[in-house]
Amino acid sequence: MPSTEPAPAGAPIIELRRVSRQFVTPDGRSLLALRDFDLTVRRGQFVAIVGPTGCGKSTTLNLITGLARPTTGEVEVLGRPVDRIDPRVGFVFQSDALFPWRNVLDNVTAGPRFRGRTRSDAEAAARDWIERVGLAGFEHHYPHQLSGGMRKRCALAQTFINGPEVLLMDEPFSALDVQTRVVMQDELLRLWESTGASVVFVTHDIEEAIGLADRVYVLTARPATVKAVYDIDLPRPRVLSEIRYDERFVAISRVIWNDLRRDAIALA
Amino acid sequence: MTSSSQALDAGVAAKLPDDVEQAAARALRRYRGKVRFWRVAIIVVVLGAWEIAGRTGAIDPFFFAMPSSIAAKLRVWLTVGTPIGSIYAQVWVTLQESILGFVIGSVLGVIAGIVLGRNRTLSDVLTIYVRIANSVPRVVLGSIFVIAFGLGMASKVALAVVMVFFIVFANAFQGVREADRALISNARFLGASPLQVTTSVVIPSAMSWILASLHISFSFALVGAVVGEFLGSRQGIGLLIATAQGLFDAPGVFAAMIVLGAIALGADAVLTAAERRLLVWRPAATADRW
Repeated sequence: MPSTEPAPAGAPIIELRRVSRQFVTPDGRSLLALRDFDLTVRRGQFVAIVGPTGCGKSTTLNLITGLARPTTGEVEVLGRPVDRIDPRVGFVFQSDALFPWRNVLDNVTAGPRFRGRTRSDAEAAARDWIERVGLAGFEHHYPHQLSGGMRKRCALAQTFINGPEVLLMDEPFSALDVQTRVVMQDELLRLWESTGASVVFVTHDIEEAIGLADRVYVLTARPATVKAVYDIDLPRPRVLSEIRYDERFVAISRVIWNDLRRDAIALA
Repeated sequence: MTSSSQALDAGVAAKLPDDVEQAAARALRRYRGKVRFWRVAIIVVVLGAWEIAGRTGAIDPFFFAMPSSIAAKLRVWLTVGTPIGSIYAQVWVTLQESILGFVIGSVLGVIAGIVLGRNRTLSDVLTIYVRIANSVPRVVLGSIFVIAFGLGMASKVALAVVMVFFIVFANAFQGVREADRALISNARFLGASPLQVTTSVVIPSAMSWILASLHISFSFALVGAVVGEFLGSRQGIGLLIATAQGLFDAPGVFAAMIVLGAIALGADAVLTAAERRLLVWRPAATADRW
């Protein structure tokens, strides 16, 4: 039974049950993006969704946010069916979604200001988060004056300042160069561990998924459905730049890659 | 991006030998001198040819005037006055009409653009009428306005408003439509209400479109005001032109044209300064080249 009580630790925060999602393309044909999709995310859990490009990973996130409705099946977030954007859900975009006409400070205060907090209150919280993501001293820079990694830091502060219980991330680091990506992955884990939010992290990078997540869902090509689920028992706190040499990490990667080989070859 | 690449350039430049740097600076100075020379040369040749053609009788100075007679006319206007009174009074009247028409037309255009840009159904219903209204030559409305609002300022302002409205509206509408989907979604996740999405995302992102349209639309406001004065008025540059035309005073028409041009250039400078101030957040890709 769905309840509006705050869920206890370990309780399901996000549940997709036998969800299918059908699109009608502009030329009138229907397209099945997701088929019989099951997904459960528990409180405080970090879940990664991996799949080939264009398979319907983003559709999954849209279903969780309420931007898309399932054609069949049920989607429950924070104990109730999704019908609109929930203020307890935060979203980090693949593209640069910072407001280019606002400086770092005003970008980070955007959320609290939209939610009706006073300017001074919002700025105090924003300065704290800017410090925590390592952007102190850049409060008055505009996004175009920042590097890609710094813009991502700003985007993280902008999202984390609202204290989301559910954090959805759509390939947030895919546009970064390799070194910056690893730094940002560590940064994300550090911030996440301090908040205890439940995370759904969509990526096409299997190593990224294994390094970050407690549980990895591997999807098939379109129409996407769950091909396999892997629990990643690597100890936390993790350091991404070192974990890739860890024996367990290598072993898990090998298992997943072997399972995926047939799909990857078929797709290539 | 920009600042870091500039820093890099500076670093490279610092390591170059002095003579290379000086040679580059000399080449740049030479190039700028060349541009300036040709600019002056063109205007001297055109005005000189005009003057000579008039003096030798190749063109009839009675109909086409000459730079010297236009300059003399301007001097008289500025020092003595025009047939219809002080030149400054005429400029002031036309300027007031243009500015009022420009402000009212822009505000209405921006509001209409944002409302229609944000409301799909409304825009689908009304677009056809906007297109029809836009294709009608609006200057003709000037006659209606003179009949309805009389010879005073109101009829000129109304015509200027109509001229400005459609340009600003079209740009504001487009700007709203082009607002980045990701930015709008981001604002919604951060907790913005639909009104907050409009004020803090849609309007700022439409701003560069709107500001671009304001440049052209001040010239249109000026055209509206002058044409309105032409059609019937008691003062203004348009009346000055109409009077000069009645007196077969070709230098007077050209002199009035120069006055209008000066007003338009002045307004453009003011708008450019305002735009710079409003768009500080934009990368300096459109740095000053002129």
